[in-house]
Amino acid sequence: MEYLFYSLAAVALISGALVVFQTHPLRSALWLIVNFFAVAGLYLLAHAEFIAAIQIIVYAGAIMVLFLFVIMLLNLRQPEEELARPRLGLKIAGITVAVLSAVLIGMGLAKVVLKPVTELPVGLGNTESVARLLFTDYLLPFEVTSVLLLVAIVGSVVLAKAKLR
Amino acid sequence: MSLTIPTFSLASIGPWLTLSVAAIAILVWDALSKERPAAVPAVSLAALVIAAVQSLTLLGKKGTDFAGMVYVDGFTALAYLILILGAALTIFLSWRYLEEYGKNLSEYYALLLFATTGMMIMVAGAHLIMIFLGLEVMSIAVYVLAGFLREDLKSNEAAMKYLVLGAFSSAILLFGMALIYGAAGGTLYLNELAKKLAVTKAVTQPLILLGLGLIVVGFGFKVAAVPFHMWTPDVYEGAPTSVTAYMAVAVKAAAVATFLRVLYVSFPGFAADWTWLLWGLAVATMTLGNVVAIAQTNIKRMLAYSSIAHAGYLLVGLVAANQLAAVGILYYLLAYTLMNIGAFAAILLVSRQQDRYLNIYDYCGLGRQHPGLAAAMSVFMFALAGMPPTAGFVGKLYIFAAAVQAGYIWLVILAVMNSLVSVYYYLRITVLMYMRPAEADLGPVSFTPAVTATLAATALAVVLVGIFPGWFYDLAAASVKIFSL
Repeated sequence: MEYLFYSLAAVALISGALVVFQTHPLRSALWLIVNFFAVAGLYLLAHAEFIAAIQIIVYAGAIMVLFLFVIMLLNLRQPEEELARPRLGLKIAGITVAVLSAVLIGMGLAKVVLKPVTELPVGLGNTESVARLLFTDYLLPFEVTSVLLLVAIVGSVVLAKAKLR
Repeated sequence: MSLTIPTFSLASIGPWLTLSVAAIAILVWDALSKERPAAVPAVSLAALVIAAVQSLTLLGKKGTDFAGMVYVDGFTALAYLILILGAALTIFLSWRYLEEYGKNLSEYYALLLFATTGMMIMVAGAHLIMIFLGLEVMSIAVYVLAGFLREDLKSNEAAMKYLVLGAFSSAILLFGMALIYGAAGGTLYLNELAKKLAVTKAVTQPLILLGLGLIVVGFGFKVAAVPFHMWTPDVYEGAPTSVTAYMAVAVKAAAVATFLRVLYVSFPGFAADWTWLLWGLAVATMTLGNVVAIAQTNIKRMLAYSSIAHAGYLLVGLVAANQLAAVGILYYLLAYTLMNIGAFAAILLVSRQQDRYLNIYDYCGLGRQHPGLAAAMSVFMFALAGMPPTAGFVGKLYIFAAAVQAGYIWLVILAVMNSLVSVYYYLRITVLMYMRPAEADLGPVSFTPAVTATLAATALAVVLVGIFPGWFYDLAAASVKIFSL
């Protein structure tokens, strides 16, 4: 189990870095799929079966297809002119922020005492327990999410519909 | 297996229900009728009035509802009322202006009501997920409103910039919340966070500080604090003028009120850490906003930088972190709503048709041609500069007094110096209106009843709220007792 965790985590980290460092958007998108699958594996290890399935169906499936569509619509070919290189100042700033965040997260976790995982309660991460939370403690956020989706639909229609009266 | 749904009272979220149901009803009504329904603005206003009445009934309450997801208390109710006021005044500015562009669509009002609902969800949120959902409902609606004039390139630019940068800031905010969730050992309820973080502080402090920093960045973007302000001038300039007014007052009010609650309820144990951070942000925000505003010749851009500067004054209140500061912030949000919407009403009138005259030199000679309009605009400019006897003065007085009380003398000195700088560019408009002859004939101003009434009412209110601040002070002082400061 431990080796599985470390190898999945390594895959997730490396593919994540590759997403950022590719120049061609299509390659970034493909590495992103690898990343999604590795993270889904991590969820499975944490006994979150439902989240793992959702991760693959929604992210690797639906959202990835959207990404690919956008990339296809925007530029099918290699960009003709060289992409503008980020300025040195921006690079330094980005690296500084990344290193600082990593150091802070590392320091924050360093003193946490990790307990060996005993057997988790049955059905911890399956649909039933997620549904139970959605209809009890998280009832209101669940309903508010529907408002959020409605607003997004109305908004996209307003911006994209051919003819508004 | 049985499932017990927690008990709740729909009255606790009455204003949200009214506004979102009204928005959906407007959309359905529009879809079902052959002609564009003309009464949509009136229906939206009616919904806002009902929501205001519902908010009033929440004033005296204290507690949470929906399994601890929403706060039901006086602070929330006062924030609701300020947001409703902002939305209602915006609707008064809207329909004639949109008609000029042939864009007086029902969807505009539906989105405006949805945005207001999102703001209410945000300020009432007692759980970080609720706050995030509210923020997103508000933001998505406002992104679309900023790009509502689809044929206008500047409006497109505004929507695009706001969307891309806003999405980043939402992601940063969410990342901060995730880190806080982990650092606290698994809770997102605001009041539980304070207790749990006090315990886990010894172990996970760096993680907490990083999470807190990211949350500050996320809210800093929404209130347009320097250095997260880059989007503000372009978005304010490009968005339809009525939407600019709404963004300047309501979005800022919702973000500041929520920020206040998160800091004061969840992170009082880290006050020493966030006060110096906000101290720096406040000074940078006030200084940059006021100094750059001097160089602007487009009035919408000038008010964009002015809104950045006002975000800085509000941050001074957040730094002070005492009862008077919380009262001052609420009062300032009310005053800012009145004076800024008023100023935008004047801009709408002076710009004639379709935003034609937005240069500050178009205000030359206005004092002679339209004394009433010029007088009202002067009132707003005096109020924004913070001169007595207007509401802008009293708001600044409360906030600066709170900061002195908390011992931030230097911060107040810098804030007062900034107010002096701001007098230059606000009063320049007044000088142009009264001391300079008109450069060219810009054509007649069409005083439409709704905009003129808004102008007169806000001008009167700015002065009256400034002369009689006591009633609101008492309300606000009673409502901020919930914060143990």
